[in-house]
Amino acid sequence: MGELRLMKGNEAVAEAAIRAGCDGYFGYPITPQSEVMEYLMAEKPFERTGMVVLQAESEVAAINMLYGGAGTGKMVMTSSSSPGVSLMQEGISYMAGAELPAVIVNVVRGGPGLGTIQPSQADYFQAVKGGGHGDYKMLVLAPASVQEMCDHVKLGFEKAYEYRTPVMILSDGAIGQMMEKVVLFDQIPRRTDDEIIKQCPWASNGRPKTRNHNIITSLDLDPAGQERVNLKLQAKYKVMEQKEVLYEEIQCEDAEYLFVAFGLSARICQKATDLARAKGIKVGLFRPITLFPFPSIEVSNVGNRVKGILVVEMNAGQMIEDVKLSVGCKIKIEHFGRFGGIIPSPDEVVRALEQKIIGG
Amino acid sequence: MEELFAKPEIRKPENIVYKKTDLMVDRPLSYCPGCGHGTAHRMLMEVIEEMDITEKTIGVSPVGCSVLAYDFLNIDMLGAAHGRAPALATAIKRMWPNHFVFTYQGDGDLAAIGTAETIHACNRGENITIIFINNGIYGMTGGQMAPTTLPGMRSSTSPYGRDVPTMGHPLKMTELVAHLPGVYYVTRQSVHTPNNVRKTKKAIRKAFELQKENKGLSFIEIVSNCNSGWKMTPVQSNKWMEENMFPFYQLGDIKVDGKLIEVAR
Repeated sequence: MGELRLMKGNEAVAEAAIRAGCDGYFGYPITPQSEVMEYLMAEKPFERTGMVVLQAESEVAAINMLYGGAGTGKMVMTSSSSPGVSLMQEGISYMAGAELPAVIVNVVRGGPGLGTIQPSQADYFQAVKGGGHGDYKMLVLAPASVQEMCDHVKLGFEKAYEYRTPVMILSDGAIGQMMEKVVLFDQIPRRTDDEIIKQCPWASNGRPKTRNHNIITSLDLDPAGQERVNLKLQAKYKVMEQKEVLYEEIQCEDAEYLFVAFGLSARICQKATDLARAKGIKVGLFRPITLFPFPSIEVSNVGNRVKGILVVEMNAGQMIEDVKLSVGCKIKIEHFGRFGGIIPSPDEVVRALEQKIIGG
Repeated sequence: MEELFAKPEIRKPENIVYKKTDLMVDRPLSYCPGCGHGTAHRMLMEVIEEMDITEKTIGVSPVGCSVLAYDFLNIDMLGAAHGRAPALATAIKRMWPNHFVFTYQGDGDLAAIGTAETIHACNRGENITIIFINNGIYGMTGGQMAPTTLPGMRSSTSPYGRDVPTMGHPLKMTELVAHLPGVYYVTRQSVHTPNNVRKTKKAIRKAFELQKENKGLSFIEIVSNCNSGWKMTPVQSNKWMEENMFPFYQLGDIKVDGKLIEVAR
């Protein structure tokens, strides 16, 4: 068992990056995730493991630093919050197009615009449907605890390299700020330059005389060539849909009703499930852990056994579209959301279940 | 002539006085005939070949006419998003500190959309070389006004000439970054005559030598023609460049060994 610590979600992300063998972090301060870079700068991973930490001049620069580092095969990460992640969308699209591995953490806050610094889940569409231009997806992980903030960094890097894709950790201001016990995994040594060159034969890190030059780009001016690029990406996303789905079922075996929620909302629904069951309502919780690929088959398997589904999100109704596409229209599927930084209480979630699904 | 070269007794290594560097890929350039990009490419590659640093060199190309530079330069390259080359180069150099890292950017890329990345990479004193091709126009998109377009100069988005009161002044990015303490070597050159080509190559060599010594950022502006965008023949465009561009963008060293050169500008 690894080291047990009491940490903030943002700190767990930072410590996990060091321990995962990350080569470089590039970021720009924004609430509610500034602790990530603050922790790194204080922790001096440049002395601990040789990891580079750099405060960029903007989120635009930070994501392009990620592109540069990832394009040479190095393991890189950034973190930001909603407005900053909006600024990164162009760079993420380029990285998806150029097939570059990296981990991008979004500690979501309420929007639109400057919005608020309080937690929200309103960036689901942006993360899952491809927030930038062009047909692309990235693996999206939705941690619901500080432990998962830590674990998803490690998992994110593994999947980023396995699929040569950017991976997003879609968290929120509450998961980022709250303190919980976390079991830290042991330090994984950073790869040596020789190991990187061997592991990433596609990377541009200096051409030896034994090979042709490597080019990192998302550009192909020939339509047939660009279509081939797109087909390759789509094939990759298909494999991810088949192999990378993660989810959790809580008290679903005998459930007559179902909550579907991710991240912080799932934590609230877990309590709401207990409260409802104490009142005699047999409700279960389905929690998607990967938002792309979405656990469509899995949620429909559970959904088809119940009388109604309440999708609980801290937004105006985003993931509910994927739940409806998965389960179909045979049963009642309603949404309950609070936004603008308000975290719903378990009581109001139970009330919403009673009013919108059971009584409705 | 061709028959002469074909004779095996002539084609002997000891008879070769000049050849194209192997670091230029053997394919036609995408640039307009008469454009300075090809010469700038060749000088850059000759320096890398002569220093024998191919295995340790990583280049970053921009968006603009030289967006496809990676197709012509036989070294490892990354194509950046518009204006972001210095951000890429920053991360690359930080994580490969013993490699030689350069960006190759046009004036729209470097002095308009990428101003922030340029200024901050310069100000951090990143140990990289920035090659800045300034032809006073957006060439690839069809000759629109650039931040560097001269007052009164016509372009497709300033068809009656750049009107300074409404369109702003041309931006001397090179003089601007020269004032930043992180920048060690700044020079402005051209590639339109053999003499200037030699000077440009010398400047590139100096910049790469400085990278080896971790001296900070080197910034080389190459004032170049855009005969297509300027709607001139190549010969006319070079003459126009000498008569109009050079008085505003004066050639020569601007900062050497971390010290500004005092000249009337």
